[in-house]
Amino acid sequence: MASITQDTAINTGRVSRALIYLFLLLFAFYYLLPFGVMVLNSLKPLDEILSGNMIALPTSWTIEPWLKAWSTAQVGIEPTGLAPYFWNSIKIVVPAVTISTLLGAFNGYVFTKWRFKGDTILFGLMLFSCFIPFQIVLIPMARILGMTGLAGSTGGLIFVHVIYGIGFTTLYFRNYYKAIPNELVMAAQIDGAGFFQIFYRIMLPVSGPIIVVCVIWQFTNIWNDFLFGASFADFDSQPMTVALNNLVSSSTGVKEYNVHFAGAIIAALPTLLVYVIAGRYFVRGLMAGSVKG
Amino acid sequence: MTFLDIKDVSKSYGKVTVLHDINIAVDEGEFLVLVGPSGCGKSTLLNMIAGLEEITAGSMAIKGREMNGVHPSKRNIAMVFQSYALYPNMTVAENISFGLEMHGVPKAERLAAVRDVSGMLQIEPLLERKPSQLSGGQRQRVAMGRALVRNPDVFLFDEPLSNLDAKLRVDMRTEIKKLHHKLGSTIVYVTHDQIEAMTLSTRIAVMNGGHIQQLGTPKEIYDNPANMFVASFMGSPSMNIFPATIREKGSALGVEISVGLGADKKHLKLIDGGKRAKSELHNFINKDVLLGIRPEAITDPDGADRNAQIIELVENVVDVTEPAGSDTYVVSHLGGQEVVARMRADAVVKPGEGAVFALNMDRAVVFDPKTEQRID
Amino acid sequence: MSSYSKPDMTSRVQSILPKIVLSPSLFLILIFVYGFILFSTVLSFTDSKMLPSYDFVGFSNYVKLFGLRHWSIALTNLVIFGVLYIVICTLLGLVLAIFLDQKIRGEGFLRPIYLYPMALSFIVTGTAWKWFLDPGIGLEHTMHQLGWESFAFNWIKDRNMAIYTVVIAAVWQTSGFVMAMFLAGLRGIDNQILKAAQIDGASNLNLYRRIIIPQLRPAFLSAFVILCHLAIKSYDLVIALTNGGPGRATEVPSTFMYSYTFARNQMGIGASSAVIMLLTIASVIVPYLYAELKENKHG
Repeated sequence: MASITQDTAINTGRVSRALIYLFLLLFAFYYLLPFGVMVLNSLKPLDEILSGNMIALPTSWTIEPWLKAWSTAQVGIEPTGLAPYFWNSIKIVVPAVTISTLLGAFNGYVFTKWRFKGDTILFGLMLFSCFIPFQIVLIPMARILGMTGLAGSTGGLIFVHVIYGIGFTTLYFRNYYKAIPNELVMAAQIDGAGFFQIFYRIMLPVSGPIIVVCVIWQFTNIWNDFLFGASFADFDSQPMTVALNNLVSSSTGVKEYNVHFAGAIIAALPTLLVYVIAGRYFVRGLMAGSVKG
Repeated sequence: MTFLDIKDVSKSYGKVTVLHDINIAVDEGEFLVLVGPSGCGKSTLLNMIAGLEEITAGSMAIKGREMNGVHPSKRNIAMVFQSYALYPNMTVAENISFGLEMHGVPKAERLAAVRDVSGMLQIEPLLERKPSQLSGGQRQRVAMGRALVRNPDVFLFDEPLSNLDAKLRVDMRTEIKKLHHKLGSTIVYVTHDQIEAMTLSTRIAVMNGGHIQQLGTPKEIYDNPANMFVASFMGSPSMNIFPATIREKGSALGVEISVGLGADKKHLKLIDGGKRAKSELHNFINKDVLLGIRPEAITDPDGADRNAQIIELVENVVDVTEPAGSDTYVVSHLGGQEVVARMRADAVVKPGEGAVFALNMDRAVVFDPKTEQRID
Repeated sequence: MSSYSKPDMTSRVQSILPKIVLSPSLFLILIFVYGFILFSTVLSFTDSKMLPSYDFVGFSNYVKLFGLRHWSIALTNLVIFGVLYIVICTLLGLVLAIFLDQKIRGEGFLRPIYLYPMALSFIVTGTAWKWFLDPGIGLEHTMHQLGWESFAFNWIKDRNMAIYTVVIAAVWQTSGFVMAMFLAGLRGIDNQILKAAQIDGASNLNLYRRIIIPQLRPAFLSAFVILCHLAIKSYDLVIALTNGGPGRATEVPSTFMYSYTFARNQMGIGASSAVIMLLTIASVIVPYLYAELKENKHG
């Protein structure tokens, strides 16, 4: 959605416009409030939260909750803070995004430029895998990971995320490559370029935008995943989301809300940052996910 | 040895046959144009020569070497596409040399080749630009350069001028013709524009519905069309075709046609007694046929061809006049149909009034209404 | 591939390569998606408890499943949640999109605000809202502190109302996305049609009702499909927000499956609940995919 405000033919009266602005601002408030409140309260000492109300500004600003969330909060057995789990997530996300994007690129290339009989059905099969409820694969996946010794390991999680990301990445690249004229490939074939050469020299150089979209989308989804992390990781390899949930849901001791919030924001920061910097591509990714034929 | 030999070639997609028994023998240095309406199969045939599509039956050979199943890059052909298909991320120089690079030509040779070709096409100043920075005409030249630099046995063109505006199209047409003369290359050229076909080709294959309707030189195609399709497809404005009846008059054969909108009839002589015996026409005496005569063969009496053997004069009512600057097109009714005549620009004709039309019967052709083939 | 011409080496290699390149992904998907679906389905017909067993018990798991009170709660919750979620998201997204399309100043500023929740993990969302909705600390408490003593908003602790809090949080997360889809759809409508309708005398309301909204059908469809699929899959949000509670009041099929399979060691029943989830999604997705891909075949 790189388009700027388009000139619509609709005109609205002054009163209606005022009401429209009011409505829009009200909802902006609705969207900002929970997160804003979290940020605010992550900078308060605990007694202020308990005694005060959530919209009140901190009387004594402190970043101690953040430090605690990062390095000393009790998440698992040891009070290590969220830091190690942050790195776990990174260790999972980077390879998973890379591999699934690469596979998606090749698949999209094949599906659009090297058509063969039955490829639509195969593509449909891949597409459907985007929509399955992951509950249906939990049991067998747990068994397989156990049998191959990958259970609870980072490698196992990377494997899982790659498999269930292939459907999406293929969809993105396939829709993008569909728009590249087939005559380019024909000309390259006559010129003597082979399958891989055409990919490296002609398709890849113009794939910039979709690679960004794909990476952003995969990064967001895999970083934010909880189900696979909760099911297939053990204490050492848990990703950030699982650790956060553990931190926040622990029922023992005093609930240190400020630490919880700081932790939640730390967990949210990478994807939010990506969104802020490359929001345009993020939106494109949402749009590109529609299965346009 | 035929340079490009297309023998009994057919193409089917499943049960649907799109090309039937195509036979064309192309000599070296020929400029063959495949022309026809959309869907006639010309682009499919071109793709098969290139190797981009497979042949379902028949054989194709270049320089005596059988090409069935041979990969496009191994056929020593080059192709210019309608959309030019320039690689968007490469410069013009890289675009042109890409094919050479893929075939393992060393860098120094590639640079030299690019220089030669870009000089020939006058695109030297553009070498470092990307395709998006070029105009349509420039892209066209780069596409041609890419094809030229490979020194292929056969050049294939797939409607290369369709995306250009009218003036540029005419200019580029001349350029292509000049190049052909200069290089003497063998060219197969696909277009739906019959003027391109006429002006560029040494031979034309007129195609329709997957069949070759006629294969011949431009003159043959134009003067002696094999059937009604070819007659009406080639030539602009198209040939007038209207009903007539073959009649004997003395030893000569002629046609009887209705004139104007009424029931008037007129007899026009077709051939003299001398030639009559050799002609098929005597099988059609008193039968209905279709007479074909091109607009330029119907003129005002003063503008008629002095060397013509048989000129028949017909008085008729003018329906519409279309002054076109260099000529005046005059529409009247013959054989119950609208007929276009091409008169000199200063001919005195007015709509609704009578005029004398001179029909050059040497140039007339007769068609069998049932088979749509020409009767000779 | 015609049986007539024998392809040369280059052609054969070039035609095999794409299939080779595609195979790893296909292999993975075939086994780890469809193979696994088969496995889970088979399991649903066995009496597996903590570990898979292969003693077939026919449909008895399914019979037991639908007799379980927890499952009925889960299904009811899914319906309540699903319907409200889809309807509210669609309406809200549509209204926001229409308003934003009115040449609003600051649109570039507002749009990212509506969309950013999509970038957050459901866990983060759940955490934020869990606290916000907590009567002791969140909104109710704040209102009391500000003087409005009688304000009550303890839905999250109320067995009957808790599921609606899930709706609120889920709508917060995804309505921006729906808005973005509708906005893109609105921007794709030809202005000339609108001008023609205005000349014909259509009021703004009629313009929207009769011309614009009908033209948004593809966007409606896409939004519906995506929301449907998100609703059925929603697991993370429920866990973070209420953990299925209070008690089991916000149980949904996805949490049901997890707890019955891994906590209660009722693998057979868990598998059958997963199969039901799959069938529900498939009934929406498969026709949609089929319709979308039909044109591709002739491409």
